[in-house]
Amino acid sequence: MEEVVADKFPLTRHSILAAVQSDDPAEKSRALETITAAYWKPIYKHLRLRWELNSADAQDLTQEFFARLIEKDFLAGYDSGKGRLRTFLRTCADRLFLKQSRDAHRLKRGGDNSHVELDFETAERELAHTALSSADNFEQYFERECLRSLFALALERLRSKYDVAGKLVYLAVFERYNLTEDQDSHPTYAQLAAEFHLSPSDVTNYLSSARRDFRQCVLDQLRDMTATEEEFQAEARALLGATAK
Amino acid sequence: MKWLSDQVVDQLRANLGFPDLSGTRYRAVRLLARGGMAAVWLAEDTVLHRQVALKVLDLADGKDDLAARLLREAEILASLEHPGIVPVHDAGTLADGRVFCCMKYVQGETLEQHVRRLGSTSEALRLILRIAEPLAFAHSHGVLHRDLKPGNTMIGPFGEVLVMDWGLAKRIELASAATAPPLAIHPEAGHSTNPPATGVVGTPGFMSPEQERGDAASPRSDVFSLGAVMAFTLAHTAPKNAFRSLPRPLRSICGKAMAANPALRYESVEALAADISRYLEQMPVSAYRENVLERSVRLMHRHATAIVLVLAYLFMRGLFILFAKR
Repeated sequence: MEEVVADKFPLTRHSILAAVQSDDPAEKSRALETITAAYWKPIYKHLRLRWELNSADAQDLTQEFFARLIEKDFLAGYDSGKGRLRTFLRTCADRLFLKQSRDAHRLKRGGDNSHVELDFETAERELAHTALSSADNFEQYFERECLRSLFALALERLRSKYDVAGKLVYLAVFERYNLTEDQDSHPTYAQLAAEFHLSPSDVTNYLSSARRDFRQCVLDQLRDMTATEEEFQAEARALLGATAK
Repeated sequence: MKWLSDQVVDQLRANLGFPDLSGTRYRAVRLLARGGMAAVWLAEDTVLHRQVALKVLDLADGKDDLAARLLREAEILASLEHPGIVPVHDAGTLADGRVFCCMKYVQGETLEQHVRRLGSTSEALRLILRIAEPLAFAHSHGVLHRDLKPGNTMIGPFGEVLVMDWGLAKRIELASAATAPPLAIHPEAGHSTNPPATGVVGTPGFMSPEQERGDAASPRSDVFSLGAVMAFTLAHTAPKNAFRSLPRPLRSICGKAMAANPALRYESVEALAADISRYLEQMPVSAYRENVLERSVRLMHRHATAIVLVLAYLFMRGLFILFAKR
């Protein structure tokens, strides 16, 4: 599922919801894969923390949730006028857990559903980094994980795009500048110029270009993660507005 | 897929709003402010080596024609050359498709921040007169501001007063701009680049009741907003910040400017300014009918010097007569 990047499977519909409800099986399948790629990790981590499930039960529930999403037209019950797609998905996952808790015999590993390829080992490693802080509630945690997923997938898009365009130096400069964990060792433009044997003006131009492309990748990815144009516009503004700190 | 820490997520997020100024003469310095649909960046003009303010839309593909509206704002600002209106230098589209507008960078503080420095009521009133000037100028050129508020009024380092943020400004029928209460919208108003003719536009607390209802705005709507700004400013200079402690004529001026019925307001910003000037000169104001006592007190205040001189003369004269008789 990690490999599913929307650039490789472009959606022809403007709205992911319309694509999910499409009569074209291929279009529908691509849309569901896109949703699964974007949301499985936030859902899995949410189930692990919110309901204190062990890894195996959370994996089973996540598998079942996305299998139902794909096979049983889960999204047919979604009304975009009532809330955001990701809130709907989180609520559905919670309901699935509660339903299965009540009906204990249905909480079975694997189940009858087809298997969705999800990299739970990576998700578990990430969980170790992202423990629920005391300041967060479960909703905030889920929102933050969705944002992390959005950026991770947008970076994948950028990498694919630059790989094809042969702009690997642009990518390397952008990643070196932005993906540095330790803010104290954040490189200056001059350091980047020396490191990549570029002129400082080249660094400025490369970063500017990569920033523009990354922004577009984020917006494209966000469009794939939202149900309607209205939700996309609102989410994009909320995302961009949050830079005003 | 590499895991992204919270710090990296924040860093990537900071990249998103950054305007793509490649191919332009500007270099972004820092974010100054942001509104609902756009952000204002401090930028350097690399050709003229001066600082400018860049207003950049958040998104390139606003569904509600925001790009056209920002360009419209730039066009309106360009048509209003007045020392109290922030000048626009440039407008266009960035490489990432977002529309921008380049304006003079005004250092200073908003009226919202500046009110704390106002020492007296008369100082506050003179400031309101300075705000009225560009507003009246815009009206005379057929433009309504529609979002006047303390946050949109800037006081510069040299005491200059500028009315900012003309994003909701609207062109109106020039012939009727000065007087007609419910104003006919210019035929151009139907054009997609003009802000909506009706619909709720403005800021609660400072927008007129007709704007709150979503009805068409008129110059009297800006009169209302200026009255609200005046009340806000005066309240900060009043004893114990209590508007009720202000002199009755001043409260009446605010009351008339902010009348719920547009027909009962001042017919123009100039008329409101004229009443404020009359108050400052201790003359009777049109908004308030004073009684005999109030009139006497006002006249005594107004002619205090002459009265003191006359009284001094009479006193000296009296003394002279008294001593002459002895």
